[in-house]
Amino acid sequence: MVDVDDVVMGGAADTKPAAQQAPPARLQPWVEKYRPKTVDDVAHQDEVTNTLKGAIATGVLPHLLFYGPPGTGKTSTALALARTLFGPDTYRDRILELNASDERGIKVVREKIKTFAQVAVGRATHQAGYPCPPFKVIILDEADTMTPDAQSALRRTMETYSTVTRFCLICNYVTRIIEPLASRCAKFRFSALGQGAMLDRLSYISREEDVKIAADGLQAIVDLSGGDMRKAVTAMQSASQFYAGAEVTPEVLVDIAGKIPAEVKEALWSAIKSGSYNKIVAAVDDFMSSGYPLSTLLEDMQEATVADTTIPDHKKADICRRIAEADRCLIDGCNEELQLLDLASVAARSCCSQ
Amino acid sequence: MLWVDKHRPKSLDSLDVHPELTTRLAAMSEDGEIPHLLFYGPAGSGKKTRVLALLKRIYGPGAERVRLEHRSFKTPSNRVVELTTVASNYHIEMSPGDAGIYDRYVVQDIIKEIAQNRSISASMGGGGSDDKKSKIGHKVVVLVGVDRLTKQAQAGLRRTMERYTSSCRLILLCHSPSKVIEPVRSRCLGVRVPAPSESEVCSVLTSVCRKESLTLPPALAARVAKVSKRNLRRAVLMIEACRVQQYPFSEDQEVQMTDWENYITQLAREVVLEQSPRRLLEAREKLYELLTNCIPADIILKTLTRELVKNLDCKLWGEVFKWAAFYEHRLHMGSKEILHLEAFVAKFMSIYKAYIIAEFM
Ligand SMILES: Nc1ncnc2c1ncn2[C@@H]1O[C@H](COP(=O)(O)OP(=O)(O)O)[C@@H](O)[C@H]1O
Ligand SMILES: [Mg+2]
Repeated sequence: MVDVDDVVMGGAADTKPAAQQAPPARLQPWVEKYRPKTVDDVAHQDEVTNTLKGAIATGVLPHLLFYGPPGTGKTSTALALARTLFGPDTYRDRILELNASDERGIKVVREKIKTFAQVAVGRATHQAGYPCPPFKVIILDEADTMTPDAQSALRRTMETYSTVTRFCLICNYVTRIIEPLASRCAKFRFSALGQGAMLDRLSYISREEDVKIAADGLQAIVDLSGGDMRKAVTAMQSASQFYAGAEVTPEVLVDIAGKIPAEVKEALWSAIKSGSYNKIVAAVDDFMSSGYPLSTLLEDMQEATVADTTIPDHKKADICRRIAEADRCLIDGCNEELQLLDLASVAARSCCSQ
Repeated sequence: MLWVDKHRPKSLDSLDVHPELTTRLAAMSEDGEIPHLLFYGPAGSGKKTRVLALLKRIYGPGAERVRLEHRSFKTPSNRVVELTTVASNYHIEMSPGDAGIYDRYVVQDIIKEIAQNRSISASMGGGGSDDKKSKIGHKVVVLVGVDRLTKQAQAGLRRTMERYTSSCRLILLCHSPSKVIEPVRSRCLGVRVPAPSESEVCSVLTSVCRKESLTLPPALAARVAKVSKRNLRRAVLMIEACRVQQYPFSEDQEVQMTDWENYITQLAREVVLEQSPRRLLEAREKLYELLTNCIPADIILKTLTRELVKNLDCKLWGEVFKWAAFYEHRLHMGSKEILHLEAFVAKFMSIYKAYIIAEFM
């Protein structure tokens, strides 16, 4: 295991908000521009937001743990919560945001938290009309990128300052947060956004920004983003900028999203089904030259394999297993060309040797 | 200066390939604004050239006045890591992957620092006569090879990309977007740059030769386009090598591969000729030689595989691919590359020998 001092995340969060003022330009990223400002603005996470609103009303707040897939509103909710508690003008002074982009030794993290926690919450910062409970909030975003060692080191820090601070841990995978840390928090699960919530939000943004997009375009964005609102909003902005002025059509979106066109996939499949290694190698070369992400192809191939009526089930299983293996190998950093060569060969043998 | 550098197109207008993509990039950057971008595509498809041309379009000629800087920084464990950056007044380019396992400190220290501060180098003063500058409130950080970054380093980019959007845009370059984590990908506009077609490669070669006042026989151009596997950079290097060999060009003159490729071709030939412990030992020498010349192990394995099957009964290809993929995976999991390269050669020998015995004896 690596030295604890070496592996902790957190620390150097700049408290100066200079760089965070809204840019004047038209192209402020929409994901930032339309980041929910209040807990009420957060769509689809009613269970979470209702509970939090209760907490805001009473000013009684436990430590929090937000978890769920990317782009579901975790960071936004944490920031919105702070804003609602302390008011838009002063909340920045009341939060310490630490994430995977700040990395310092655990000593520095402790020091940061200590310095932050020790400065008393003065009356001066009290903003009228807001509950302004007498504690500060430490937001540990992307907490699952911290090693277990670093997490357990944080446990004590959390206890030491529990009277004057609340922690809000945010992560994608709750299982990567060590139990002693997780058990100290109230857990909130964020789920992938549903179709309705996404369509509402997207059409609102499209009206505000004057995006030329029809219903089928909006639907296409929803389909390709799998409940990830960040992905959806980025796709819409990208499409409208990249095809400046033109209507955002489903075709444009397929391109923006890096989806693989049907004819590219068909070329590969027909080489596989021909059973000829020469054709397979040529098709793999073509695919690699096209630049499409192999991970996307793997998803598509899995779907196509399952749907194929000409391959017997036990052969389908062989192909799917190899696809799963390739997916894993990509994570491990393997060469894409070799993975695809082998996968295509396995698929060819399964299709042709019945 | 090599032709690849000398004749690299400097502006969007002079890019020869993928005209439609060029049009879109130009339209998008009309008023100097861009979102975070992720350029991806195979080696030599012209990603970097395109990015530099885009920067010039946004910031004017000032983006071309670059200086090389060597930065060094200390990790918390007191190790000093060096990194080379190329910067103009408007952008800075680096390959954080060069810092190896310390890449996350590059992301957390250097990149964040640049992102937070408004200008690349405030000390540079007014920055010359470019009138465009004043209007554009952000600078650009170009990161090359993001697919080579550790997952931790990639994670470090996530909030930085959100927090400092008003002062900084990121342009990321990579070969395999599959190796870039989803949270980073979903924060960017992905720009796919496919390899140019063979005919596009030919026209680039022809125009390079025209600038050098040389006549290029179309048949030679076509052959170079093919053997370069549509890699523009390689194609131009190859044609320059052809020029060194002989001029006037002849249609059927030899197109030289690089030394290390010839070396692997020879290795493949030897392994197919004889399968014995002695040959394995010799193969090991060759593999060592390649590694000490800084040819990446996965490239060696891939190239060797492709060379091996060239001289082989198609029946065996599937088996060879299987083990190539298997040992290439091992390369990444293990720590001694030579062991896995050697294991692959041994495996190949045993497969091939078994085949010979079954087939001919
Ligand atoms: N539940 C939601 N309601 C409305 N917008 C959302 C929601 N979730 C995400 N978004 C949009 O996606 C962007 C990213 O959300 P964020 O809270 O940073 O996601 P994460 O869960 O990954 O932290 C926000 O700026 C916002 O535009
Ligand atoms: Mg987040």
